[in-house]
Amino acid sequence: MAWGRLRKKKEMPGGLWSKCSACGTMVYNKELEANLLVCPECSFHHTVPARRRIEMTADPGSFVEHFTDLQPRDRLHFVDQEPYSEKLKRAQQKTGNTEACLAGTCTLEGIPLALAVLDFSFMGGSMGEVVGEKVARTVELALEENLPVLLVSASGGARMHEGAISLMQMAKTCATLHAYREAGGFSISLMTNPTTGGVTASFASVCDILVGEPGALIGFAGPRVIQNTIRQDLPEGFQRAEFLLEKGQIDRIVERKALREELARILRYAPMVRALQDA
Amino acid sequence: MARDRKEAQGPQPAVLPFEQPIEDVRQRLEELETLAQKTNQDLTEELDFYRARLDRVTRETYASLSAWDRVQVARHPDRPLATDYIALLLEDWVELHGDGCFGDDRAIVTGLGTLGRHRLMLVGHRKGRDTKARMACNFGSAHPEGYRKALRKMKLAERMGLPILSLVNTPGAYPGVGAEERGQARAIAENILEMFGIRVPIVVVVIGEGGSGGALGIAVGDRVGMLENAWYSVISPEGCASILWRSAERKAEAAEALKLTAGDLHRLGIVDEVLPEPVGGAHRHREETVRSVGRRVEAWLDELSELDPGELLRRRQHRFRTISQTASDLEAALAAAEEAARREPGPGGVPEAPEPPAAPEEPPAAGAGGPGGEVREP
Ligand SMILES: [Zn+2]
Repeated sequence: MAWGRLRKKKEMPGGLWSKCSACGTMVYNKELEANLLVCPECSFHHTVPARRRIEMTADPGSFVEHFTDLQPRDRLHFVDQEPYSEKLKRAQQKTGNTEACLAGTCTLEGIPLALAVLDFSFMGGSMGEVVGEKVARTVELALEENLPVLLVSASGGARMHEGAISLMQMAKTCATLHAYREAGGFSISLMTNPTTGGVTASFASVCDILVGEPGALIGFAGPRVIQNTIRQDLPEGFQRAEFLLEKGQIDRIVERKALREELARILRYAPMVRALQDA
Repeated sequence: MARDRKEAQGPQPAVLPFEQPIEDVRQRLEELETLAQKTNQDLTEELDFYRARLDRVTRETYASLSAWDRVQVARHPDRPLATDYIALLLEDWVELHGDGCFGDDRAIVTGLGTLGRHRLMLVGHRKGRDTKARMACNFGSAHPEGYRKALRKMKLAERMGLPILSLVNTPGAYPGVGAEERGQARAIAENILEMFGIRVPIVVVVIGEGGSGGALGIAVGDRVGMLENAWYSVISPEGCASILWRSAERKAEAAEALKLTAGDLHRLGIVDEVLPEPVGGAHRHREETVRSVGRRVEAWLDELSELDPGELLRRRQHRFRTISQTASDLEAALAAAEEAARREPGPGGVPEAPEPPAAPEEPPAAGAGGPGGEVREP
C-alpha cells in the first residue's frame, strides 16, 4: 500500500551530485535537472515533485492553483510510532505544500485543461481525504468549465493514517469521474514511478486514456507484498510500464521529453478541444 | 492493500483467545450435564447456576470487545458466510458463473435468488468453512476475473430490472503475479466507477471482513450496512502494523488505530447502519444473524424500489461524493454554493457544491444529522 522508498535519489555532500538508483551512476544535478530528471546514463525516469511536474507540463506561467484552502486533518487521532498530525507537519515543512496533491488549471500548447498532480515527496503521494477531495474538485471544475482533465499520479496508494476515510476517496474520485464521463468529459491519466495501491485501483485507472512513463512501477499490490505472498521471484520487468503495455493494461508509454507534445496531440482529439478549435 | 496471507490462511481457533472465560464456564456446564445424565442425580440447581453464569459471562465478554477482538470474530470459521446467506435466505437460487472472458473466479459468488418479496441478483465474496473449501475459493481473495464477473452480473441485473444484494467478506484482493498481469487495480477501479451507473438498487452488507479495495470493488451501494463484529478498512491490521510499526505483531494496536469497527464507521458516516449480532457473536447464532440481516435487506429494498432510477443514481453519487464529510464541511459547502449563486446566477461556479438535495429524505441541512451516511437512515 504505502511502501515508497523505491529508487530514491541519494543526495551527495554539497548537493551537486546524485546517485541514480537505477544504474548507480553519479550524475551532476544540473545535468539531471536539464534532462527533466531522466538519468542521462540509463534513461530511468525519476519521480518528479508535483511543482516541477507542473512546470514541465504547463505552458509557462499558465498554471493557476485551486483548492489551496484544503488542509489535512487527523480525524482518527491516529498514532503509530508518532502522531499522524506530527507527520503531516513534517511533510508540509519538507515540501512547502499543504498536501500530496497540487491542482488547478493551465494551458498546454495553448489548450486549456484542468489538472491534478500527486506529489510523491509528501508522504509517498498517499491519498487521504484532501487528496481525494482535490482530485474530485478538479474533475468537477473540468465538468463545469468544459475542460479536459489530466491526472498525474505518483503514489504508494491510500493513506493508512486515515483508515476507511482514505478508502472512501477511491469511491469519491470514481464517482466524480463517472459523472464527468456521462457529461461527455475527456480525461488522461499519466502514471509515473510509482503508482500503486488505492490510487491505481481508482481514478488513475478509469480515465479515458492511460499513459505510463517509461520504467514506471504501476500495480495494485507492491512487489514486496506479492513476493511475501507467493514466495517466488517475480518475473523480470514485472509491474513496469512496459509490462503493463504488453499485458494490455495501459494505452501508451511516453518519454518525458516528448510528453508535452504527445499530450497536446491527444488533447486535440478531445471533443471540447475540437469545439474550441472549430469556433 | 494486501495483507499477511499467513494470518488469513492459518487455522483460526474455534475458541478465540478472549472467549476463554466463556469456554471455561461452557465446559463446566457440559461436565455437569454429563454427570447428571450418568448418575441420575438431580443437579437442576447447579445446572441453572452455570447456565445463568454462561449467559452473564458471554454478555460481559461481548460487551467490551476491543477492535482486534472483533477482527477475530469477523474471521471466525463458524461465522455465517455468503453461502449460508444464500442457503438460508434465498429461494429459487440459480448460481451464475464466469466473467465471460477469462474464467470463473470462485472467490466471488453470483446468482439469481428470491428474498421474500424481492427477486434479486446476489454478488458476494465466497469463503469456505473447512480448509479444503477455503482453499478452493482462495480464502475469499478475488482475482480481476472475479471483479469482472461481479460487474457482468450486475449489468445483467440492470437489464433485467433486478436489485442487487452485495455481501462483502474478503481479507483483500489477491496480490499475485496473475492478478497483476490481468489488471487487478483496473478491474477494481472499473467496478467502482461502473457501479455509479447501475440503474437498479444496490444494497451492500459487510458480513465479515471488508479488506480495502478488494471489498470496495463490490461495495458501492445505496445502502451500506455492516454487522456489529465485521471490520472494514483501507488495509488489514496486520498489513498496517507491518508497515507503520514494522511488525505484524502490533496488529492489535493497528486495529485500534484504524477505527475499523462498525460503530466507528457509522460515526464517520461511512456505513449507514450497524446490524446487531446476537450476544456471543454471529458464529454462535448463525441462522438468527442471517435472518435478521435478511429482514433489514428486505426493508431497504422496499424503500429503494420506490425511487426512479435517475433519483437512485443521484443519491448514490451524492452519498459517496460527500462521504465522511463532517457537519461543518457540508455547511461550508452549502454556504459556498449559496454565495456563488448570489454572485453568479445559474448553475456552476462552485465545484465543491454537492448535488442539491432533491428529496425530503435528504434535508438541505444534511450536515445537521451528522456525517453523510446517517441522514439516509429511515
Ligand atoms: Zn541511471
